[in-house]
Amino acid sequence: MTVDASRGAEAPPELVQLLTPEGERVEHPDYDIDLTPEDVRSLYRDLVLVRRIDLEAVALQRQGELGIWASLLGQEAAQIGSGRALTDVDMAFPTYREHGVAWCRDVDPVKLLGLFRGVNHGGWDPKEHNFHLYTIVIGSQTLHAVGYAMGIQRDDATAATIVYFGDGATSQGDVNESFIWASVFNAPIVFFCQNNQWAISEPLEKQTRIPLYRRASGFGFPGIRVDGNDVFACLAVTRKALEAARTGQGPTLIEAFTYRMGAHTTTDDPTRYRVASELEAWKLKDPIERVKAYLFRNELADQAFFDSIEAEADQLGADLRRRCLAMPDPEPLDIFDHVYSEPHALIDRERAQFAAYLEGFER
Amino acid sequence: MTVLSLSKALNEGMRKAMEDDPKVLIMGEDVGKLGGVFRVTDGLQKDFGEDRVIDTPLAESGIIGTAIGLALRGYRPVCEIQFDGFVFPAADQIITQLAKMPMRSLGAIKLPVVVRIPCGGGIGAVEHHSESPEAYFTHTAGLRVVACSNPADAYTMIQQAIRSDDPVLFFEPKRRYWEKAEIDTTSTDWWTPLHAAKVVRPGAHVTLLAYGPMVKTCLEAAAAAEDDGRSLEVVDLRSLNPLDEPVVMDSVRRTGRVVVVHEAPVNSGFGAELAARITEQCFYHLEAPVLRVGGFSTPYPPSKLEEHYLPDLDRVLDAVDRTFGY
Ligand SMILES: Cc1ncc(C[n+]2csc(CCOP(=O)(O)OP(=O)(O)O)c2C)c(N)n1
Repeated sequence: MTVDASRGAEAPPELVQLLTPEGERVEHPDYDIDLTPEDVRSLYRDLVLVRRIDLEAVALQRQGELGIWASLLGQEAAQIGSGRALTDVDMAFPTYREHGVAWCRDVDPVKLLGLFRGVNHGGWDPKEHNFHLYTIVIGSQTLHAVGYAMGIQRDDATAATIVYFGDGATSQGDVNESFIWASVFNAPIVFFCQNNQWAISEPLEKQTRIPLYRRASGFGFPGIRVDGNDVFACLAVTRKALEAARTGQGPTLIEAFTYRMGAHTTTDDPTRYRVASELEAWKLKDPIERVKAYLFRNELADQAFFDSIEAEADQLGADLRRRCLAMPDPEPLDIFDHVYSEPHALIDRERAQFAAYLEGFER
Repeated sequence: MTVLSLSKALNEGMRKAMEDDPKVLIMGEDVGKLGGVFRVTDGLQKDFGEDRVIDTPLAESGIIGTAIGLALRGYRPVCEIQFDGFVFPAADQIITQLAKMPMRSLGAIKLPVVVRIPCGGGIGAVEHHSESPEAYFTHTAGLRVVACSNPADAYTMIQQAIRSDDPVLFFEPKRRYWEKAEIDTTSTDWWTPLHAAKVVRPGAHVTLLAYGPMVKTCLEAAAAAEDDGRSLEVVDLRSLNPLDEPVVMDSVRRTGRVVVVHEAPVNSGFGAELAARITEQCFYHLEAPVLRVGGFSTPYPPSKLEEHYLPDLDRVLDAVDRTFGY
């Protein structure tokens, strides 16, 4: 089914959709998916819990506990759908907003806060979760992901890499270089672009004159646009693309057509550049509400279920808050740790000098 | 003992590293069939295959960025940047990712990536083919920056760089690529640690500090100075980050006079770092200020002018004279 989800006057884009904003299940010839009621309930749970993590983090920032936070509000379906398509052996490379994918990779949510609270630059072990560290420089990680995928090829492994980036990132040289590399080496990778319509204040029209998914054809691989607020469709499309990557069919670009409902980050003020009606229109496409409607409509869940998820979310939020506040500040001498993996004379000397200097105060 | 040119020594060193460790990869523009524009990787693709010696698309950021990904997957990529002046499109990946990711991960990630950069002038090349960008990278924490000056060091240092678990920027003096020396490839006994400086000519009156292409120039200057009864000590720094301070300071304390020589512009160059460190640590041993000989604060000139731009034996000796004027 093809529907119009365009933001402005642009021609209607082709969009894979399996669940309408009203919660109605629709068929698609290429991307159908079998989901048990249990699957749907579990997707719903993920969506709700991840939104709660995000809301709690925004609140923590407002209270001065985090320096900044990049909210995923509105992008839950794109992240949970694609994240749940991954298998254990696949590797994910995020930007700084992929809290939902991190959730799918079993990264403890409190670890996501370290970077934003300023206690570290990324507190989880990427190898343990097959979820790379957040990347702040826009587009850089797309090349790392392709290189990693080339490693998978050399290992003769059956696995794929997925890399996340925004619509703004598609203007970066690195993203375009990564498309070229992936294409000429036929790398097992899925490029997952969350087109949330804005790069801080810059609208999509400042990055491109054509729908982003169509870029792929110029690089020699398939591109597909999916309703990024439809968790079923995101799951189905990503699953298929990952399978293609794993079976030697090379890269796919997925454009998840979605919307950043909050501010770019907590320091941003979207009222300066976007009209309120736009947000109102997108609220009607809320990724969580439509799954809820589907569950209700088909009597796959009762009020007790929704209440229990709500209670779980409350608990998760409270737990996240408690553990965020308990996160210890790093020690001053930690500055010198992990700069090099082998001994380094200059670092060793500076550490010793600074330690002696600090001791001077304690005496 | 075999006689090898510096470029062939690098080639043999990489070959050895690839034989020893199947995870070592070579990647870059033209490194495969052509063997690189300087033929440093000559024959490696033929022997190790296209999966290990990877001809890449023409995009420097892509070379370093994908090398990082391969290293994350357990490989040890050795990237060739074709010429010094073309490292800048890759500077973002080198500075913000390669140098920082291990620390960002609290040590969970190691990035054993080597970035080989043919550097410096003296070969009559066109614009952007003769530069010395080392100071941009010594300023970046998280990178090791080394420069070889002769075939024997080239052979050992490239293997040590590949074996290092840290990212290494490896500067190769392109005008010395064709110089030859006898090398013992059968033993590792004579290898100097990668981070260590070497006194390559002992002397008593002045210390000449150099690395890469300028080591030979300094040795020639020292030989010429001997005729004037001056004994110049030449120290090949080999590693710029970390700097082997004990060897440098020891030499300075013995001679009391220092001339730093490099091809890069003097302004904010690596010589400034040396002068500052020496002043801090050897102030009372100095008979004269630390003098610097290097390129001008101009872009690298057209090749018909490069002989004036590049420090030569006479400019080094002129600086030596000046240190005796204090
Ligand atoms: C190379 C680079 N330039 C600028 C920035 C500052 N910056 C951070 S996020 C951002 C917008 C990114 O937009 P997009 O790629 O669409 O991702 P989104 O945040 O909307 O998910 C900018 C300009 C940056 N982080 N990196």
